[in-house]
Amino acid sequence: MTFRKYLVLAGVTVFAAAGDSMLSHGMKQNGSISVHHLQGVIAAVLNPWVAVGIVLLLAFFASYMNALSWADLTYVLPATSLGYVLLALVAKFALHEQVSPLRWMGIALISGGVSFVARGPALTAHPHPEAQEDAQETVVSAAAGGAKR
Amino acid sequence: MKSLYTWGGILVVVFFSVVGDVVLARAMKQVGDVHDLWERRGLWTVIGRTLGNPNFFFGVAAMALAFFSLLFALSWGDVSLVAPAAASLTFIGNAFAAKFFLHEKVDRRRWIAAVLVAGGVALLAG
Repeated sequence: MTFRKYLVLAGVTVFAAAGDSMLSHGMKQNGSISVHHLQGVIAAVLNPWVAVGIVLLLAFFASYMNALSWADLTYVLPATSLGYVLLALVAKFALHEQVSPLRWMGIALISGGVSFVARGPALTAHPHPEAQEDAQETVVSAAAGGAKR
Repeated sequence: MKSLYTWGGILVVVFFSVVGDVVLARAMKQVGDVHDLWERRGLWTVIGRTLGNPNFFFGVAAMALAFFSLLFALSWGDVSLVAPAAASLTFIGNAFAAKFFLHEKVDRRRWIAAVLVAGGVALLAG
């Protein structure tokens, strides 16, 4: 695990939490949308909170795909579940909402789960056919480079 | 009868979320390590390979179905049951699916993590 990869995992966590809360804030300003009034959707997308929320969720999706390209699904999902904790902390300290003891227990359980998975390896060691092709290519070019030297 | 609908809806959401996550994970493993690929071939190769991978589109389609079935499930049941139940069962479902379909090594450490996070999410959102 390099620093850059930790940064990608942090991106998955933060972009998802920030995107969701902005969408939720914007949609509450906007009022409810019904199937019969689809022009409401356009008004919603034009709301700056919703628009920024969508951009952040796109950033979340890009970093999630990035993480899945080099780590197992069963590593990425628990490792990025800290977003739930982040949301609860934002609710408590920025929005001054009441966080019940049951929720604190939830935060403790998630943090425990994250620390469990983070101490293990990120990727199961079995080569995928396509990745293997690439790896062989790298070995060949590295060998060629070595021969030159 | 109403609770049967609600739990049926929750299971449909979990099914599509798990399918989406697993298929997207497979797609990205086929694309290969994005960091390496970017350094060797550039960003356009990364984008081209990802968008050219059929599994990527299946995964996105499954995620879209999960989203719409969540909307249906929310109209049948309370948000305080549907959202946490769907999120936490998806964690458990993903651990099983990753083991059987992606052949990930889900050891005791990862099972414990999945169960702890699933429990925590249920408590947080409940």
